[in-house]
Amino acid sequence: MFLQLLLSGIAFGSLYALIALAMVIIYKTSEVPNFGQGEMAMLSTFVAFMLLDTYGHSFFVSFSGALVFAAFLGVFLEFVFLRRAKDPNILSLILITLGFEMILYGVASWKWGADQRDLSFPVSDFDLVNIGPAVISYLNLATLLVTLVLMVLLFLFFRYTKVGIAMKATQQNPMAARINGIRVNRILSVTWAMSSTIGAVAGMLLAPVATLDPNLMLEPLLKGFASAVLGGMTTLVGAALGGYMLGIIENLFGGYVSLEFKSIVAFGIIVLVLCFRPSGLFAKHYVRKV
Amino acid sequence: MNEAFFSVENLCISFGGLMAVDHVSFSVNKGFIFSIIGPNGAGKTTIFNCISGLYKPSSGTVFFQGEDITGLKPHRIATKGIARTFQNIELFSRMTTMENLMLGRHIHMKTGVLSGATFYRRGSKAAREEIRHREHVEKIIDLLDLQSARNQFVGSLPYGTQKLVELGRALAVEPKLLLLDEPSAGMNSEEKQDLVFWIKDIQDELGITILLIEHDMKMVMDISDRVLAINFGRPIIEGVPEEVQRHPDVLKAYLGEDETIGDAA
Repeated sequence: MFLQLLLSGIAFGSLYALIALAMVIIYKTSEVPNFGQGEMAMLSTFVAFMLLDTYGHSFFVSFSGALVFAAFLGVFLEFVFLRRAKDPNILSLILITLGFEMILYGVASWKWGADQRDLSFPVSDFDLVNIGPAVISYLNLATLLVTLVLMVLLFLFFRYTKVGIAMKATQQNPMAARINGIRVNRILSVTWAMSSTIGAVAGMLLAPVATLDPNLMLEPLLKGFASAVLGGMTTLVGAALGGYMLGIIENLFGGYVSLEFKSIVAFGIIVLVLCFRPSGLFAKHYVRKV
Repeated sequence: MNEAFFSVENLCISFGGLMAVDHVSFSVNKGFIFSIIGPNGAGKTTIFNCISGLYKPSSGTVFFQGEDITGLKPHRIATKGIARTFQNIELFSRMTTMENLMLGRHIHMKTGVLSGATFYRRGSKAAREEIRHREHVEKIIDLLDLQSARNQFVGSLPYGTQKLVELGRALAVEPKLLLLDEPSAGMNSEEKQDLVFWIKDIQDELGITILLIEHDMKMVMDISDRVLAINFGRPIIEGVPEEVQRHPDVLKAYLGEDETIGDAA
């Protein structure tokens, strides 16, 4: 029982981790928590659904098409909405993300309606693999693998590549970044493209388990955000670990204590973390000298 | 027409009704230290911001090595070979000194995303490039005596050291022209003396041309080849230090009456 709960917790945690990563990437470069992240992923998932179901393309074409769409969507939203803001402060940027969150939600509802649909997925949620006394579905296993691979790639990217380091610099001091030859606008575009693509991956892995409708990402986004806060908004590894922790704790609580209050656990934990370690469990706490 | 290494012609910029910089022209020869002095609010930093591309001048032109660079974006200016420091330190405070200096190498790094993320052998192209850049940065660390600060977060370093890190980062860009905005502000007299030597070294050994904004008159008069005095955004006089020092309008505008520049400090 324990192992089973743990395994499903990890599987769910992978999705939270992906969403948390997507949010943290944007947060790292612009200090904006992007509340439109969920709807961006939802829209991209619908695009995959449309290519697959309406136009009858193969899985590979549909899913890569949706990822490309997600990247462009990210670049587009940053360029059209955020970059237009004059002398923005963080609060106004957050409100802008909430604004386009609602626009995207509206667009999806208008185009596809509120019907619940099934995104057929090449990997089944019903075929199971035995791991000791517990089982895990192929889909969950795939989710886990995809998340791990993405995490490693992101880590290498931010740690070793010129663009990745330029992103860090942009977040810490955009003016100094400019003066050192970093094209800050270009960096922001890349950031949004990456983040949106990762969000879309999460959406497409989630849709077969849940049902595809405009509300697809509502709760997962909050959980992903919660994971990011739990692990630390400034660290990729922390945010991902936060996602896994949240998935596991939530599942154990659901199994042993109360299924009804499962969802509340996440937010209870957030409150505790914010009280005792406001920058997250895994973030290096940085104190500015006055 | 423009043979000078670096020149500014009829530079103007206004904010609302205020002419912050009003028809300022000057030219700098290669290898010179050229200082801009003037009371607070005279428009010195604004001139720097126009040169480095942070502000767009309302009119006028900036020439660098015979090329019109007016109104280019800051990152383009950086690739042309102009680096700068700021009056109120602009560093990446949650990175170490080493990392800050390495970021100054940004425009010189060629490695792409794939090879950068995956290099694992000592001899690979990405590794060789990394080593070369690190060697360059180590030289700057030696030059500015920053060894003890190498692996510390710059946010926790003393103010004077942070100013040096910023100077180091500007040097890491390998600039041909270096803009220093009040480099000695907040330093004690010992640090100031060291700074004078380093600026001379940068001029003599690295052959970098320097534009300097500085309030410490002794320092300005000691190291400058030419000095431009401005007030209310308008130029008063340009010339060799002694000439500017004696000019009556400079004395009046800058230090008040009955004082000689240089003696006060």
